[in-house]
Parts: sequence; structure tokens; C-alpha cells
Amino acid sequence: MAIEDDVLVIGGGLAGTTAALAAAQRDVQVRLVSAKQSTLRHASGLIDVLGYTPDGDGPLVDPFAALEGLPDGHPYERVGSEAVREALAFFDGIAGEAYAGSHTDANALVPTHGGTVKPTARYPVATAAGLASDDRDTVLVGFETLPDFEAPLAAAHLEAAGAPFAARGVTVRFPGIVRDDAKITRYAHLLDRDETLATATGESTARAALVETVRGHLQDETRIGFPAILGDDHADEVRADLADRLGVDVFEVPMGPPSLPGMRLADLLYDALEDAGVRVTTGVPVVDYESAADGTDADGSERIARVIVDRNGAAVPHRADQYVLATGGLVGKGVESERQRVFEPIFDCHVPHPTDRYDWFVDDVFGDHPYAQFGLPVDRELRPLDADDGPEFSNLRAAGAVLGGYDFAAEKSGSGVSLATGYVAGQRAGTEAGR
Amino acid sequence: MSDAEQPTDDGVPGDDEFEPIQVFPEAEEMDLRPGADDCYKCSTCDTNCPVAEVDDEFPGPKFQGPEQWRLKRQDDQDIDDSVMKCSNCMRCDSACPSDVPLSQMHNTARGEYVEEQMNKFSREYVRNRILANYRRLAPLGSMFPRTTNFVMGLSATQWLGEKVLGITGEREFPEFATETFREWWAARGGAQVQSEDKRIAYFHGCYSNYNTPEVAKALVHVYEHFGYEIMVPDQHCSGTPMFANGMLEDARRSAETNVRELAAAIEDGADIVASCSSCSMSLRQEYPELFDFDGTEDVAANTWDAVEYLRVHEDLEGELAGASVGDEFDDFAYHAPCHARNQGLDGQTTELLAAIDGVDAHDVGDSCSGISGTYGWKAENYETSMEIGSEMFDHMEASEAKTGLTECPTCSMQMEHGTGYEITHTLEVLEAALVGTETAPQ
Repeated sequence: MAIEDDVLVIGGGLAGTTAALAAAQRDVQVRLVSAKQSTLRHASGLIDVLGYTPDGDGPLVDPFAALEGLPDGHPYERVGSEAVREALAFFDGIAGEAYAGSHTDANALVPTHGGTVKPTARYPVATAAGLASDDRDTVLVGFETLPDFEAPLAAAHLEAAGAPFAARGVTVRFPGIVRDDAKITRYAHLLDRDETLATATGESTARAALVETVRGHLQDETRIGFPAILGDDHADEVRADLADRLGVDVFEVPMGPPSLPGMRLADLLYDALEDAGVRVTTGVPVVDYESAADGTDADGSERIARVIVDRNGAAVPHRADQYVLATGGLVGKGVESERQRVFEPIFDCHVPHPTDRYDWFVDDVFGDHPYAQFGLPVDRELRPLDADDGPEFSNLRAAGAVLGGYDFAAEKSGSGVSLATGYVAGQRAGTEAGR
Repeated sequence: MSDAEQPTDDGVPGDDEFEPIQVFPEAEEMDLRPGADDCYKCSTCDTNCPVAEVDDEFPGPKFQGPEQWRLKRQDDQDIDDSVMKCSNCMRCDSACPSDVPLSQMHNTARGEYVEEQMNKFSREYVRNRILANYRRLAPLGSMFPRTTNFVMGLSATQWLGEKVLGITGEREFPEFATETFREWWAARGGAQVQSEDKRIAYFHGCYSNYNTPEVAKALVHVYEHFGYEIMVPDQHCSGTPMFANGMLEDARRSAETNVRELAAAIEDGADIVASCSSCSMSLRQEYPELFDFDGTEDVAANTWDAVEYLRVHEDLEGELAGASVGDEFDDFAYHAPCHARNQGLDGQTTELLAAIDGVDAHDVGDSCSGISGTYGWKAENYETSMEIGSEMFDHMEASEAKTGLTECPTCSMQMEHGTGYEITHTLEVLEAALVGTETAPQ
């Protein structure tokens, strides 16, 4: 026996959750297995599609216009630009009012915690008032105990980057936080619950105390930006409350990991999975697979019979008709390397790479490193291809950063590729399993 | 013996040509360096820590694990006493994207702190030793269960517990059953089903033996329904409360007994199943991380959660499809214990109960219950424990179900304490669906 479903998605990030949700649109039972908690907790929460071309041109105003010019093998080229649009519309349907940006094809320019500006297609509503294309003067507030966001530096960077407004940064103490390395969840929890605190002027609540701390720093700006720690479960309420008391728009600046906007996005997607009846198993890795005993399919490719999930040494078989591999790239461990080779650890799918490891990188730190594009080549069905360009397996598709042929960090295309390929892989898997 | 000692090259076996140069001397005791080196400081563990979220004093798992380990390389550096505030929920383990063995680091740090820095005559030490060794006291209480329940229920006893020992007076002590599971098992003549090829050894743990034998009996009825021969080997506490209190020597003694007995059962053709998620967690993960008796790995690899085992080895979903439980049970507010979550079992109960007519398990969210075994019993942690649990209490009350469901004994105490709901174990529901409690043999 095995734990049985129709579609099994391996990986709990943006590509995996999207694939599971897309598959679940069909009348099939879907399961998502994630080795660890979703890595969306590291994500900025921004949904980029394409900020720069592979040649480095950009920031792009219209990412969709640039999709047609992408080279063969790029994940967007594989699925086609129409699928990218459909995937974004699918995401918009799930995110509802939590995300903005669907009113236009043009990229929005979102200021980051480093004071750079990131071209992005969708963004959490919490960041909406902070867009760099908005010419209102801005004050950024940092906290002494939160060294990841240096507000005066970020403001100076924004101005140097040519933002069409005056930006100022101030650093204050966050009321109610004493220790130097308080967790971001601690800040969020204080504001979410509006906890009672002792301040210099007597008892107060967390939100009121924060408002009193920053009020004097506002001059004639009409918007104020905080690092993204303004609440977790009740972030909208916290932001609205602060804006109301301060009389100006309040926005969040997306932060590095760990990231509350990423956690909120994870919550949103996992709630959608629950609503869609997708079964979720987290904390245990898929480590191996077994082929179908009756050998190969009509097209000569192998068929996966079941995969093995490892639970502290016990092998737990999981069987499905269709499988989606969305385990991430080199950082997410979907693609691994050792001194002699680069490989995909579960199914040992083909990962093209030079045999000499000195050809995996270039000397210039910020140069075009070949390793950034290491990953699986796929056909237009998103089935991983072997060295002879035939499908590795007839019932396996791949999505997200495990795919090769693109450099998401340079292009700013990570989320969009995950959405588009997750959507297509999930839909195909769901359709085929439902047959 | 543990993950932490694997090579750090993130590689797979069989790569023979690479010969690593030994830069550091061979470790003489447990070497956690590879684990510490795997930490790339993303701080995701910190955002999963239920204690750090509500307690500004607690520096979080990243500090307790890799950072403290590095600090300790200095000879004059003591373990920070904040390690005692860690509740050992082990959520940091499944949060870490880089496989850092955080709870193993916490367990070893806490053990070292208690061994070398804690005053053995302090009230805290005595109290922790008592809480950690519940298994040694339970047989005494269980000898005269009605008297014990009466005395433990007295407000004077609770007051004394708080004043003298620092055990919170806010909670009511769990009642002892009038007949332990093992007494019942002996009285019924042991296994009622004999089988050469379907055999399990049941690790019942302390709580279902002394306090909730109905859970253990449910397991017996369900497994016999599927034709399993059940062995009930001699056993000691799984060690969970001992790890959490840094009593590693006590835990080692218990683990030695358990590994010996369970390894012998495996020799006899049995797989091990446990009904308590912390017991299975302990056998599967903490034993191989902390001990290296003969058979430790073998026991870990052959231990299963009782429900998961049936799911993989029997057509449990098929049997449950269309089964009903009558009027006895209604919908449940289900809480997945942290230690079940860490075994990838958090979705299992809601999935299975959906197949049974007349009941549904509504998940009350992914927050920790806050009690974490002995943690919430300590007077100084009571408030924090209830604050951590408040999210779960809110969700339970918002759910339409008026009965709670979980697989962890202390989560169950906390759920009952925070809401006043009656709390059931999943195996009891399976028993009602598959065997029927009315017709169950004795």
C-alpha cells in the first residue's frame, strides 16, 4: 500500500503551491509534499514577471512586450506568453484584495529595504502607497533594534536612484522592544494584538505608542514607510489604524528574509490549498522513486510508479498518477552540486553543465555566471528532458527554480516563472490525471 | 550516529574521487560543528519560535543552537541560562531550510547547562527533576488512584505545589485511571490475535497507560480489527520530558531500556507503533540524535505513528469510507501537535476523518498549543504558555465543533484548560468507526 492521490506536487514554494492549486481545478485529488516549511517565508512577497532582459536591458516598463524576445529554452519561451498572462490572472483570483498591480501591464517600481527600486508586476497592498513612481515626498522610519533596515541610508539611495520625490530617513526606538535582536514576529505580534506597554509617559498600547514615537518626525510628507513588520494576521488593520492616527498614508518596505510579506503570502496560498481540498504534507522530504513495473510508455519514456518520502529513516511510499517537481534551485536544494557534477537529487533528471567545474563560474563576482542558469531543460509540456532531448518520464513535469535556462536573480523573473510554469505544469498534470 | 556528523559537502555517497582534507581534529564527543556551519543565518527558525513571539527575553533558536555552539568554543563561556526557556516544541527543525539540527543543539546545550551550571539543590532543579520523571511517580499515584485524584485535586495541594515547587496552581493535575492499560492488558490475557506476518509492538508511553487507557485500548481494538498481533513490551518513559528539562542522564537510562526492548521486538518481526506524537518523535529523532546504543537507528527507522502505519500498510481510507460513528461523536476542533507537525503528520487526521460519515475534523490553525509538555506546568512559564495558546483557544472557540481532538496528551490538557472542551484522541474516533465502542471486546 501507499498513500494515494491523483497528483503529487513535490515542493511547497510559489511554483509548488500554484501547481497544486491549478491541478485541483480538475476533479482530482492533489497532494503537496514539502521537505520543510514553505520557503515563501524568505520571499519578499513581491510578484515580479520580468524586470530586465537576459542581456541586462531594463528596468523594463512592459514585461509582456519583452517575453516574445526571450531565447529558446527560457521557461517563458517554453510555456508561451499567453500562459504567463493566464497564470497571473489565476494568481490575482487567489490573492484577491491582498495584492495590487493587476490594473496595468506595466511594471510597478517598488522601493526595497536597500533603497533600490525593483520592477514588479504585482505587490502586496501594504506596499502600494510607497511606489517610487508616486511623486509624494516620503519619510522612512527605521528602528534601532532592527539593523536590517537603515532608513536614512535607504532614503539616500532612493534619492540617488532618481526617485521623483524627496526622501528622508529617521531611526527611532520601537516602543515595547528591549532586546537588540528581537524577532520580527515579536514586533508583528505586539502590533497585531495591540498589546499594553509601559512607556516613559505611562501605560499605552503598542500602536498608540508607535504613533507617538514617530509623529514628531513627520514634516510635510503625506506618506510614511516602515520596515515590513506591521502585523501578521491583522496587517491590514494595523496599517489602517496607524494611518488613521498619523493622518498620512502608511506603507511597508519589503525586507530580506525572514519576511512577513512572504509569510502572509504563504498563509494566503496555503489557505487556498485548504479551500481547494489539496492535502498538504510538510516537514518530510521526498528522497527517491520507483519506476512502473511494466516498463516504459508508448513514447519510450519511463513512468514513475511511486515516490518515497523519508520520515526519520522510515520509507513512506506515496503514489499518484501524475507528479510535479517544484523543489527549487541550487539554494532550495532542488538542484545540487558536488565537485564532479551538478544533479537533481530525487529523479536524477538531466542537468546540462560543463564537465570542468572551473567553467561553472566567471571571475567577475557580478558577471554572468553559468551556474545561475543550471537546471532542468524541459519540453513545452514542461516534462524534463534527458541528454537526448527525450522526456525523462512520461508522468513528471517540472516548475519553478528547478528549471534551467534563465537567471531569475538578474532578470527579476523568479516569481513570474514559478507562477507561469507552476500553473501550466499543474493544469496539465490535473487534466491528465483526470482522464 | 547523527545527521550532524555527516560530511558537510552536501553530497551523496559514491563520489569516491574527492578526498577531503581533515582540517579539524577528530571530535571526541558529539560534534555539532557541521550543523553549526550549515546555518546561513536566514533567521527563519526565529520566526517559528512560539516563545520568542511572546517573550522579549528569549533570544530564539538561532542563538540557542548554532550561535551558542560557536560561543562555547571559548573555554570560559557558559551556556546562557535562557536555554531553559526553550519549550522543546522543535518547530525550528522543520523551519530550517538548511537542515541545521537545531533541537539536537538545544538538547545538548540544555543538558550541559543542567549538568554543569544548575544548582542541584535549587528548587528549580528539584521541581524539574520531578516533572521530568513523571513516569517514576505515576505508579505510586496509580496504586490508589481515587485517593491520589482526591488529594491532587485539593486546592491546598495545588497551593503547596506552587509555593514549594513552582508548579503552577492554575492547572488541575490529570486524573489517574482506576485501571492502567497494562493491568487491563494482563487481565484480558494479552493479545487476542496471533499472526506471523502482521505484528506490531505498541509503545504506549506513560500517559495512555496511567491516565487515558481508553486511547491505548482503542489502538488495540483497531489493530486487532486489521488482524495484527500486538506485543506490549516492557518500556520506560520515552524521554521527552527529560530532554525538555535537560535531564539527559535520566533520558539515557530510559532510552537504553526502550531501545533494548523495542529492538528485541523488531527481531521478533514487529514494527513499533506509538499513539503519542511526542513518544514517536522521541524514538524516531531524538534517540538517534543523542544516543548510540546498539539498535538505536534500527528502532528509529521502524517506529511509526499508529495512524500513519495503518494508512501505509492497510487500506484505512477505504475502510473508513462510508463508516459512521453514530451519535457518540460530532465534529471536532482539531489541533495538530508540534511533534506531529515535525513528522509530516499535521494533515493526516483531517484527511482521514473526512472519509467517516458524521464527523469532520476542523483544523484550528498552525499555532503551538503553548504547553509543550512540562513547560506550561512551571509557574514561571504559565502566563507565556497561555499567551502562546491564545491563538489556538480563539480558533477553537470560533469553530463550530464543541469537542477537541489531538494526538498529544499535554496539548490535550492545554486545549481542555483553555476552552473547557472535552478532548478526544484520533484513535478513539477510528475505534468508533471501525469497531464500534459498544461492541468492542471488553
